[in-house]
Amino acid sequence: MTRIAAVAWNTFREAVRDRVLYNLVFFALLMIAAAILVGQISLGIETIVIVSLGLSAVSIIGLLIAVFTGVGLVSKEMDKRTLYALLAKPVRRWEFLVGKFGGLVLTLTVNTAAMAVGLFLALLFVKHSLDRGDAVVLVAVYFILLKLAIVVALSLLFSCFTSQLLAILFTAGLYVAGLFLSEMRNLSGSRVGPMMQILFSWVSYLLPNFENFNVMAAAAHGKAIPGILILHNTLYAILYCGIVLAGASVVFSRRNLK
Amino acid sequence: MQVEEGEAFGFLGPNGAGKSTTIKLLMGIIFPTAGSAKILGHSITDVEMHKDIGYLPEQPYFYDYLTAAELLDYFARFYGFNAAERKERVARMLKKVGLETAGKIQLRKYSKGMLQRVGLAQAILHDPKVVILDEPMSGLDPIGRHEVRDIILELKREGKTVFFSTHILTDAEVLCDKVGVIVGGKLQGVGRPDEIVGMKSQGMEILFEADAADARSAAIRAKANKSGSRYALRVPEDSLYSALDELHATGAKIASVAQIKPTLEEYFLHLVEKDRAQAAAIEVSGK
Repeated sequence: MTRIAAVAWNTFREAVRDRVLYNLVFFALLMIAAAILVGQISLGIETIVIVSLGLSAVSIIGLLIAVFTGVGLVSKEMDKRTLYALLAKPVRRWEFLVGKFGGLVLTLTVNTAAMAVGLFLALLFVKHSLDRGDAVVLVAVYFILLKLAIVVALSLLFSCFTSQLLAILFTAGLYVAGLFLSEMRNLSGSRVGPMMQILFSWVSYLLPNFENFNVMAAAAHGKAIPGILILHNTLYAILYCGIVLAGASVVFSRRNLK
Repeated sequence: MQVEEGEAFGFLGPNGAGKSTTIKLLMGIIFPTAGSAKILGHSITDVEMHKDIGYLPEQPYFYDYLTAAELLDYFARFYGFNAAERKERVARMLKKVGLETAGKIQLRKYSKGMLQRVGLAQAILHDPKVVILDEPMSGLDPIGRHEVRDIILELKREGKTVFFSTHILTDAEVLCDKVGVIVGGKLQGVGRPDEIVGMKSQGMEILFEADAADARSAAIRAKANKSGSRYALRVPEDSLYSALDELHATGAKIASVAQIKPTLEEYFLHLVEKDRAQAAAIEVSGK
């Protein structure tokens, strides 16, 4: 555990020193501009606009970091050969991978938390007060974070056996596919043929299901999110990350470094 | 190939011979297609044995966003040292490799030689029983090389097993109890430096002084090489006594008699040439 924590802490430190968190400045400017603009229009949709815009920004910025930093977590260490000295220490390759994953998830957590604070400040500016109903925004932010953890795990997996560019494409492809799983499952047999329908159905269960993590509309309208969905999404993300990381560990443990 | 405990072992070979590949196999960076290796009785697949091993990669490169002190502190965490122990060890190691004043500078600003020193510091940070160094002298100036040589000698004195690859044969001759020569991926010889090169004696060398105007020694002088005021005559070992008798008869003054031993470098070059000749022969027969 100490070894995993050491790798995770170093990964976090690397992200901070590589100025990954500078995106927060962009987010802050976006929120300030939106709050001022919405404050002037004031058509009674301030909350909807701020929450939708804020959550979209949290999600997109997080995704960019998760994918682009995620694919470089292992490949950068292999390319620069920084891994040689590290693997000579008493650390298993899976511990290194899990540490790298943990480090980036920690970075994303700090980043997302800071953005959430910005979002609430913008909400406070336009609404002049916060109520219990706004807590649903926190749940939406939490779901975004879970989604990002899955994306990090996927980008790690792909970067273990392919180039950075392909890893980005594969991760982005799976992310997009994961947003439309219900369409895939509901394809009728007459349109794609019965065999393909079965195939798509099976594939849809293997792909990450990101649909359940999207509660942006509910959050914007202040609708409560059922506790069971929070539990379900949490368990799903833990399980999915666990399986993907196990796969990544198997691949990486057998990989000859250059 | 076997390296005994407490030995300094030099792993020699030309570029592409397989020195770094062998070391990477031992360190679990790449995996063998066949065969096995053990360090301190543990299989090389056992990660826990790394607690007792220090490794310096060839042309090491470390996280450039860290300072040398941060890097050593990071690596020290893998050995379970607490904060106080880490601080003390990091300071001691930086001093040992001559980087005590540069410990707080980010590694991106380090020269190749400084990175080599950091690499050495991280290899011996945890006081390992076995130290494996891949080209430890590479990229260092003469002072740096001398310092690394001193560190290796100190490790030897401390009873540690030191295994290092090198191109610099004089270092191997000075530092090693034993050397192994690898050429073309095959181990060509293992033994004490003087032992492996001494296997093939190149005869005897007689150093003598003779009057250049003396006609009696003209014939033997013609066979010798003039070196300053002296002549050096090389003869096969079994002709030594007849050559000495001949010199004595001509009135020459014998200064010294010594066995001609090939240097490690000559032996090394001989192996490389042999390997190239074999490769060429295989290519010709293949065609």
